[in-house]
Amino acid sequence: MKWSEMFTSSIGKKLVMALTGLFLIIFLVVHAGINACIWANDSGEMFNKAAHFMGSTVVIRIAEIGLFLGIFLHIIQGLILEFQNRSKRKQGYAVPMGNKGSKWYSRSMGLLGTILLLFFILHWWHFWVPARFIGHEELTELEINGVHMHNMYNLMQYTFQELWVVIAYVFACFSLCWHLIHGFQSAFRTVGVSNSKYVSLVQNVGIGYSIIISLAFAMMPVSMYLGWV
Amino acid sequence: MEHYMMNLTLKVWRQKNANDKGGFESYPVKNISSEMSFLEMIDVLNEELIRDGKDPIAFDHDCREGICGACSMYINGRPHGPWEQNTTCQLHMRAYKDGDTITIEPWRANAFPVIKDLVVDRSAFDRIIQAGGYISVNTGNAVDANAMPVEKDKADAAFAAAACIGCGACVAACKNSSALLFVSAKVSHLALLPQGSPERKSRALNMVAQMDKEGFGACTNTGACEAVCPKGISITNIARLNAEFSLAALVSQ
Repeated sequence: MKWSEMFTSSIGKKLVMALTGLFLIIFLVVHAGINACIWANDSGEMFNKAAHFMGSTVVIRIAEIGLFLGIFLHIIQGLILEFQNRSKRKQGYAVPMGNKGSKWYSRSMGLLGTILLLFFILHWWHFWVPARFIGHEELTELEINGVHMHNMYNLMQYTFQELWVVIAYVFACFSLCWHLIHGFQSAFRTVGVSNSKYVSLVQNVGIGYSIIISLAFAMMPVSMYLGWV
Repeated sequence: MEHYMMNLTLKVWRQKNANDKGGFESYPVKNISSEMSFLEMIDVLNEELIRDGKDPIAFDHDCREGICGACSMYINGRPHGPWEQNTTCQLHMRAYKDGDTITIEPWRANAFPVIKDLVVDRSAFDRIIQAGGYISVNTGNAVDANAMPVEKDKADAAFAAAACIGCGACVAACKNSSALLFVSAKVSHLALLPQGSPERKSRALNMVAQMDKEGFGACTNTGACEAVCPKGISITNIARLNAEFSLAALVSQ
């Protein structure tokens, strides 16, 4: 079997979703960890240092290319699969099965993923595009221990003064949580975890991971809006 | 259990042939015993339709004892009706009460085209089995039973997977019309046993390739298949097939 045949088969396509998904799951831990520095109670010094390290280290900049490839592969493959799978039942049922046997979020991965894609566009526009390319009047420069860096903390505080932005971010975190609760355990099943003790481990860790990560991300705009940091 | 009689309204999908557009027809059925099976209730209606000179409702059935996998009705939004681990023929009318309306549809999937009314063509499953759902044995005298040692837990898991009767409820329930529970049961059944090991890799590759060719969708692990399976086939088999397929694909030429 050629590589192309493997990855275009129905299981191969799932495998692409699972492997990119697991990669993104690891990325979210790094992202949440770096961002949690805003709570260091030092007016953003630790956060700005961490953000500067991420933006100025060659290895991480190369990994960033891998990250974008992973995200877009996950998004494009996900949308293709969603439409292909829908097309496999041209005539639907008069009485839908609904929740008889499956959870709403496990059937709504395409919808939840699309909400996240729309959120990413907003999110990149808020932070990644100004930091990398066009700059922003609130993205001031500062110097810590003789090193010049962006004051990303300042840009964050400015961005999260708008209520609608905070609501949009919290809603996206809510979608992320449901997307992860299904995606985490589904990815492990897809890579072949069938042993019952590992399946229950993966399910429980998955729920914990999804809630903690989503809650951590959601609390960032909320704490800035409410002036906690 | 108390015996009672009931009058029902059936909304049944009627379709003359594969090319007909089809549509729902409503039929009142009277004096149905709570002790009848669901198919006996359809038999009563068909007797009446024949008496009135009308075309009876075509539906698949064979053993009527829950082991052949022929019966295939999607009843009120669930394959094989409301009971768990149950086939349509083993669904009894005590599941319903007087005055109920029951909607009956055929399995819906492009890979299972409607032949007539509630009968669908499930030969796609036969072709998947032909692609790899077999083992090679030497001809000659029959081998002594238990001559080949098999671990008990593997034998049990293989037996549980072999319980699949190939009814297609998994496909009917899946939002993606995926046949992966069926294929995974058939692959697991043989992959877990020493008798299945010679063709273990080619089996996983060939059966999945045939499944894709037949036009089934890709699995997204929603679990709807497992919930409606009359034989309680676990989606753990799907994870096992994923591993079987991936390893076979990685090491194949």
